Amino acid sequence: MNLFKLVSDLEQADPEFLDRINPRRRVFKYLGNAGQKVTAAAVPAILASFFNRAYGQSTTLPADVQKVLTLALQLEYLEFHFYNTALGITGLIPSSETNGITTIRNDEAGHINALRGVLGASAPAYLVTDFDYSGGSGTGAGPMATALVPNGAGNANGALFFAAGQAFSDVGQRAYKGGAPTLNTTATKDILEAALNIHSVEARHNSHFRTVRRSIVANSLGSATAPAVAPYDAAPKSWISLIDNGGPTAPDNSKPASAAYGAGVPPTTYPADSNVTQAGIPLTTAPFTYTDAAVSEAFDEPLDPNTVQTIALKFTSAPGKAKGLFQQTF
Amino acid sequence: MSNNVSPGPQPHETDLGQPLHTPIKRRSFFMYAGATAGATALVLAGCKDDDNVDPNRIDVGSGDGGILNYAYALEQLEAAFYAEVRKSAYYTASSTPAAIKQVFDDLALHEAIHRDFLRAALVANSITPLQELKTDFSSIDFATLNGILSAARTFEDTGVAAYNGAGRYLTNNTFLGLAGKIVSVEARHAALIRDMITYNSFVSSDVVNTFSPTLPANATTAYNGEGTASLTGSGNPVPGAERSRKPQDVLNSVNNYLASNSKLSANSFS
Repeated sequence: MNLFKLVSDLEQADPEFLDRINPRRRVFKYLGNAGQKVTAAAVPAILASFFNRAYGQSTTLPADVQKVLTLALQLEYLEFHFYNTALGITGLIPSSETNGITTIRNDEAGHINALRGVLGASAPAYLVTDFDYSGGSGTGAGPMATALVPNGAGNANGALFFAAGQAFSDVGQRAYKGGAPTLNTTATKDILEAALNIHSVEARHNSHFRTVRRSIVANSLGSATAPAVAPYDAAPKSWISLIDNGGPTAPDNSKPASAAYGAGVPPTTYPADSNVTQAGIPLTTAPFTYTDAAVSEAFDEPLDPNTVQTIALKFTSAPGKAKGLFQQTF
Repeated sequence: MSNNVSPGPQPHETDLGQPLHTPIKRRSFFMYAGATAGATALVLAGCKDDDNVDPNRIDVGSGDGGILNYAYALEQLEAAFYAEVRKSAYYTASSTPAAIKQVFDDLALHEAIHRDFLRAALVANSITPLQELKTDFSSIDFATLNGILSAARTFEDTGVAAYNGAGRYLTNNTFLGLAGKIVSVEARHAALIRDMITYNSFVSSDVVNTFSPTLPANATTAYNGEGTASLTGSGNPVPGAERSRKPQDVLNSVNNYLASNSKLSANSFS
């Protein structure tokens, strides 16, 4: 990584960048000294400190950018604590899947690191107790209550755990997609690029969760070649086909993740994942001959922040709600 | 240099061609000096008798249209690749599992849809689409699953890094949104292909900046992102995130799969 290039890029994007981080522009001296000493491991801390100093204050980071990034941070905490908790429960995750979930947990931790680096030290932090992974809005008795219970109802081989992971990471990728245009300002192009780089990792995670779920249904854990089975709620493709029949089914036969595949508000901007018209171009009518399913699979749809919060609030406990988790005004 | 085909408007080149009447500010001077050095290097490179440097490269153009044409080029390449896969000795063998054929059928459809959509979007926005590119897949082994998956991984990973690196150049948020809708599907493809090659390699250190967290001691300890990152690559790398790539860097890789009369450049996006 070229720190000088980064600073120069930032300065081009935001002429006041150098003044933001150091009014007297001693940054080059600082960098020059640091360049000889820092190890790769120290670089993120330095970078984070730069972004803190440049954009960490609410006065310099545009308010709408800060809100989008705060929602992203909250979603990362939702995912991080879920996977981290699961990894600590003996007998929940099949041994063939431990490495994959560890990787996902570590990536989410990295996203928290990155987002806190931009938002600054005053960014909120959330504990595992701020979430209700049953999906019960704080009752602890929602439809996904057995997702963290080894061999609980619907959870043989962690099936319900992986279903929840699929839903969380799909909400995550749709939320980042919905937030990207807000980050697309001249002064925040580097933040946009970082968010895009996180967004695609959420999609990679989601693809893996779906692959695992296919392998559970086919009884072939540890293999990526189990067949997808229509209508794709239990054994999905690695991509979203129409709305995957509402997504995973809970033990009480409800569809707790259906909103994750549905339309947001307004639906013209945030359509359901079954959308087949892009930029006003209908892709299933002449001159095209593609099916609804194929077109819907080829595009993931964004979701608006209010709809994301409505979904995520079901996974928020009373302590979390008291901290304002998933309750920003957009 | 004058042989570049320009499918769209090229305001950057026009600007550079104009005399610099206005005094150059101190900071701007270094930008121009840098650009001149880069341009000089390009000219010198163009003079070499080197197979890797083709003066007939097709430039994707500038502005949002240039990025859309860049995406259109990548999707043309991917669509052509999966069309070849479906004609390959491996795919057509009776022993090939139906589930694997289904994956390649889906990938071929998705990429063809991306290609056709981007062409239609270019036309709808009065931007001249790039020509139909001629591919050169002679380096790919289409007879074995490993050969096909290895090439597919390159195309998909490259596609994700390309879209992520291109987003910042878009000024029209409708186009940025469309790029976002497509890139996550490319990432889904990449993750599955990688899992098919080596299980649990859906995000590995060759494409993602890995992170080793220092985990909270217990449920009442706050986690503030502590840990050690391995950050490399260009494009504002952050932990746990993909490594985006600049357009010309991507095209230098992609040109290996394009015929000599279809090799690309992205001179406006350095």
